[in-house]
Amino acid sequence: MYINGAGAISPQKTWGDEGVLLSVPIDHANNYLSCIEPDYTQYIDPKYLRRMSRILKMGVAASIIALKEAEITLPDGIITGTGYGCLEDTGIFLRKMVEQKEQALNPTPFIQSTHNTIGSQIALLLTCQGYNQTYTQEAFSFENSLLDASLQLNEYPDQNFLVGGVDEFTDLSLKIQNRFGIFRKTSRSSLNLFRTSSPGTLCGEGAFYFALSGKKIKQSVVLIDAVETFFKPTQEELLEGIHQFMESHDLKKGGVDLVLAGKSGDNVMDLLTDSILNKAVGSSPVGVFKHLCGEYSTASAFALWLGARIIQDQHVPPIILDKPFKSSVKNILIYNLYFENHHSLILLRSC
Amino acid sequence: MKARVHIAGWGVISSIGNSVPQVFDSLRTSTCGIAPLTLFHSAHAGVLPVGEVKLGNAALAEILSLPVATPRAVMLGIHAAREAVKNSGIDLKKWRTGLISATTVGGMDKTEEFFEEFLIDSKKGKLCNVVNHSCGKSTELIAQALGINRFISTINTACSSSANAIALGSRMISAGLLDIVVAGGTDSLTKFTLNGFNSLMILDSKFCRPFDASRSGLNLGEGAGFIILISDKVRKSEGVKTTSCVSGYGNTNDAFHQTASSPDGRGSFAAMQQALAMSNLLPEQIDYINLHGTGTVNNDLSEGTAIKKLFGERAPRLSSTKAYTGHTLGASGGIEAVFSLLAIDQQCVFPNLRFENVIPEMGITPQLHFETGLTVRHVMSNSFGFGGNCSSLIFSRSDN
Repeated sequence: MYINGAGAISPQKTWGDEGVLLSVPIDHANNYLSCIEPDYTQYIDPKYLRRMSRILKMGVAASIIALKEAEITLPDGIITGTGYGCLEDTGIFLRKMVEQKEQALNPTPFIQSTHNTIGSQIALLLTCQGYNQTYTQEAFSFENSLLDASLQLNEYPDQNFLVGGVDEFTDLSLKIQNRFGIFRKTSRSSLNLFRTSSPGTLCGEGAFYFALSGKKIKQSVVLIDAVETFFKPTQEELLEGIHQFMESHDLKKGGVDLVLAGKSGDNVMDLLTDSILNKAVGSSPVGVFKHLCGEYSTASAFALWLGARIIQDQHVPPIILDKPFKSSVKNILIYNLYFENHHSLILLRSC
Repeated sequence: MKARVHIAGWGVISSIGNSVPQVFDSLRTSTCGIAPLTLFHSAHAGVLPVGEVKLGNAALAEILSLPVATPRAVMLGIHAAREAVKNSGIDLKKWRTGLISATTVGGMDKTEEFFEEFLIDSKKGKLCNVVNHSCGKSTELIAQALGINRFISTINTACSSSANAIALGSRMISAGLLDIVVAGGTDSLTKFTLNGFNSLMILDSKFCRPFDASRSGLNLGEGAGFIILISDKVRKSEGVKTTSCVSGYGNTNDAFHQTASSPDGRGSFAAMQQALAMSNLLPEQIDYINLHGTGTVNNDLSEGTAIKKLFGERAPRLSSTKAYTGHTLGASGGIEAVFSLLAIDQQCVFPNLRFENVIPEMGITPQLHFETGLTVRHVMSNSFGFGGNCSSLIFSRSDN
């Protein structure tokens, strides 16, 4: 399937006229990376904006940008992946429920707490009565959404789908996740994530929607060739899985133009990832991206946006790869991992 | 549908029984499972009746040999999924097997326990109570219990979630991506959903009365329902005798309002129509509709209006089994899929309990009694959710 448009709200300035791809990367001075949000009134009618939570604004705006780029007014379906759904409203309703002892609760945060709120808000605003689906499988949420779209578009190649990966963090979720010790205790510079050897990663978030079609059209920039997920694989199973994936898509060891690796900055995990990639893809250059978006369930959507832009612009930003890159980029393999259990592959090709 | 997707087994747990035989017995004898809340302390206990599974957390944990801190939805899910796998008699490990589950609460019951302490002091609250919070995590725990790791997915489209899980499973088998899919959903009662629905003022303090003129809201329920979807190849090679298959499904969005259904039920109409088109069936070939039928004023009117538009004056036998179980949210599509399959397997139709008066503007009389000895070839099962998510499934009797 083909990417015809992309909307991206992330901890980088990934919307509007952002100039040369990631030429001015934004550095975050905490152990979390918050989204750089646009003025939403340029995308969403203020009368709807008022009632929307932050994740809804980000998701809806991303979907509108994607559709505009693809020159589509009404998609045939909307598929959303979100690891944790609408955390802000979930937290508000839980807090009020406890504080008000289950009395006189405002239903709005409850209504907006369900995971499908993002996809259904978009459907509501577009009056899109087509297929509507929401996946929430931790770090497979976005991959499962892509897989669903590929099934749909194989059956109906003329259709257009909006496919997104959306997650937010909140004060509460950050407090809880910090207690699990998965994030670095302190960080002064997110851009230095890979230059400082330490356990732990940084918390991130983002909202991405892609306008996809089964057939190549004039707006098509990149082909998403394949998506695969591996749940709790042993190292051997993972290597075998990547090997099979590459073989079935005619990729030789060293034949991938660029790998985008979901290394998290955690020094122990990153060593493992390096060794896996070394064995699996050979001499192909390996770029990183989580110092730009942080670690979160649907970070692979950031990687997909980045990969698509690299192929489109034929420019590999130095911030993701510390070696000079001169040749052309015809294919990109995204290998994402989320802590220990979730591994996924997405293969992109120029079209 | 391109390739046939057969159903090799099913499992269920709900307020009307902990297994398929128990549940069938309750359905047959019109035994309702709705009763006062006992599972947790709530300001609404004694006021709002609920459909609780009659096994507490300690009992479930013991039966399943799981830590007692396991979210209830996970335990209910494993209980029902294991029954389904056992009934199929198939060794899942021999095949490319996936688990597609649905849930709307995930580990929310444990998060609530965590939150009470955490709100007072953010360093407090046991982390073991929040580590399984996410919906996806519940599926991972069920997958681990079943030994599935090839493919896992969780759907949360509110109350239509597990119908969508069954549809996705069918699509993946049809497309040749998987051989077997354990598909369905699970949800437990939580303070979060009880208060959420209560804040929307759509809970009935009496027993719910779906499709009745006097209906005034739903009762929440809990449970899990899973079915085993298999490909033609698995069926032949394992020599499995199946009596039913998935013949169609539809997924649409009402795109009308975040919580309310459109008055004409345009989303549900389109979902039913899509499911019929995919199964190559005419409306008159449907023998029974297991309604979404929550018992709210809005849902039943909207669903009934869509049914009248699609089926005309001669609607098939239909009933909402939520009068037995309460509304089990993300599990309802899975649980009601099992009920639909029982209707095909036993050639029977279940009553719509507590029905007295026809909704005047609709004029639909649901099934009043348990009836057996019928010819039930095609059953439609409806599931609609907040956010306008509408899904309809069609199960058909298959000739071996």
